[in-house]
Amino acid sequence: MMLCFGSVGLVLLALDMQKGHGNPDSAVWNRMETSERNYYTRYHNMTEISEWMEVMERENPDVVSSMIYGQTYEKRNITLLKIGLSSPERKKAIWMDCGIHAREWIAPAFCQYFVNELLRMYKTDTKVHKMMKNLDFFITPVVNVDGYTYSWLNESTRLWRKSRSPGPDGCTCYGTDLNRNFNANWGTIGVSTDCCEEEYGGTKASSEPETQAVTDMLDEMSQDLLAFITIHCFGQFIIFPYGNPNTLPPNYNELMAVGLGAANAIKAVHGMRYTVISPDILYPASGLSQDYARQIGIPLSFTFELRDTDEYGFILPEDLIQPTCEEAYVGVQHIISYAHDKAFYSSAAAVTTTLWTTLMAVWVSSATLL
Amino acid sequence: MVLNSQEAATFPGQEGKVVEIADVMATGVLNPSHYPARRAAAVVQHYLNTQHGSPYRWIFLSTVHSGSAEEVTEGRKYQLELTMQEVISNVSGKCSAKLLFPGEEKPGAPQVQALCAELLSENITAQEEAFYQQHRDGKNLVSGENIPDSYGHMEPAMKPFWQLGGVASSFIMLRESNESTLYNMAHVANFTQLETEKDQLRFQYHVLLHEMISQEIIHWKMLFTWSPAEGVKVLQTELLPKCHCEVPPDTTN
Repeated sequence: MMLCFGSVGLVLLALDMQKGHGNPDSAVWNRMETSERNYYTRYHNMTEISEWMEVMERENPDVVSSMIYGQTYEKRNITLLKIGLSSPERKKAIWMDCGIHAREWIAPAFCQYFVNELLRMYKTDTKVHKMMKNLDFFITPVVNVDGYTYSWLNESTRLWRKSRSPGPDGCTCYGTDLNRNFNANWGTIGVSTDCCEEEYGGTKASSEPETQAVTDMLDEMSQDLLAFITIHCFGQFIIFPYGNPNTLPPNYNELMAVGLGAANAIKAVHGMRYTVISPDILYPASGLSQDYARQIGIPLSFTFELRDTDEYGFILPEDLIQPTCEEAYVGVQHIISYAHDKAFYSSAAAVTTTLWTTLMAVWVSSATLL
Repeated sequence: MVLNSQEAATFPGQEGKVVEIADVMATGVLNPSHYPARRAAAVVQHYLNTQHGSPYRWIFLSTVHSGSAEEVTEGRKYQLELTMQEVISNVSGKCSAKLLFPGEEKPGAPQVQALCAELLSENITAQEEAFYQQHRDGKNLVSGENIPDSYGHMEPAMKPFWQLGGVASSFIMLRESNESTLYNMAHVANFTQLETEKDQLRFQYHVLLHEMISQEIIHWKMLFTWSPAEGVKVLQTELLPKCHCEVPPDTTN
């Protein structure tokens, strides 16, 4: 059996899970069910996610190792899972992080789903196996551990966005918007200097330990990273650099083409439209993690904004987790495949052909994507 | 010719110091997936809900097909071709809309005109009437809270009240909208049904609105009425100030 999440591990998690919420009469999503399929169709608090990471590592020791790469303001560990077949040689890598904004619960759910898919398929699916052989995936299910934990406290904290560091002197509010805190045109546009506001960018670039942790990892790995993907909600967008108007990344056309390819792939799953866009023409912003990644040389840098468009917004019902993850998986895999093939298969000519083929197919089939 | 533009986000009741660069508004033919058209389309959505929304009719933007904007003496005028979708019946329809965002000299809510085909074609009379009759006599006044809950769930009986909350919120969202905002209703904190008056169901709601550009969550209280005949009429709205008085609970381990 290909289940990599043992039933013992799941039972332990089920015992820990919070009880007493939701509609207990609904047969569709019984929170006490312990089958693997149901685990990945529910939201999990930080304790559950941490335990899940331990289980993933313990049950897949050949391909999974965890790494604590920083601490939050409240001194919680920031942990990633490194997933890939071991190799004597230095490997190229993919970075994916989730949960930089606390209230975007579908994001950590997707990171968990993604890890599970890799582990479920790598032994039998040739494509996934090839990815696991040639690449290492560095996946952080929750970057903003303090904020995410806070958003689980009660109904009134559910819509918390930022970190949980105290504001500067003279400001009684808490939290910095971590996705305005990166050292990429920091503090210039689409950011607030009022520490009570949701887009408060911090006292300076990389002021927050969470930002610093991600920055340090990206700096260390920048030579090896083929792609940087950060997961958010909501809106159904695939976003690429830069947030600052009038500045285009050198590979703008490539980013647009790959993004459109990903959106096309997503649409084929459940018909959902994801708009491919750079933030300057959506709403301008600075200090973005995707912009930092691009600036230090990681060529393929994307932000995904998952479902929905605006009906449920941040509070996406659990019964939409599965279809959302299914389509997001395909979108992310499109980017990873492109990155992989570009690095491993050849020549610039072949890559250019792929790029143009993608562009043409997308233009022909879906002008409405733009 | 579409010009690149940057702008400041502001919202009511705050002295938010959002960093801004000079405003250059997009004029002429608009790119349907860029923000000027998208934000104007949201305003049309709110307008349609104020006109046609009910516990069984809640309209959302599906696609922006095309748009244009121009400066006029009264402000900025938009023309949009849209597809809107009613999310309960899943019926879609094409709409043509004109909007005017008033200029600084005479500030106020945007003015909207919209013509839609087929969007309202689903017959919801029976459902609206049943809901109305069920709740009008005041013997069992309904109330609810935390809709949806943190997992996105709500009791089936609460769903029409959630939808009604969304429709009523559209009055506020329409009034508060400008070219630098993009609103949606994030959550119904609580609602209480009050005594029926003049054949109108009456409600007090506390809703949380989300504004996309600033990412702020804004609390509003509303008093409104609804009946199948009259639709939603908002009587009072109250902006609840953001509490800057947080004492954090002890979440450190």
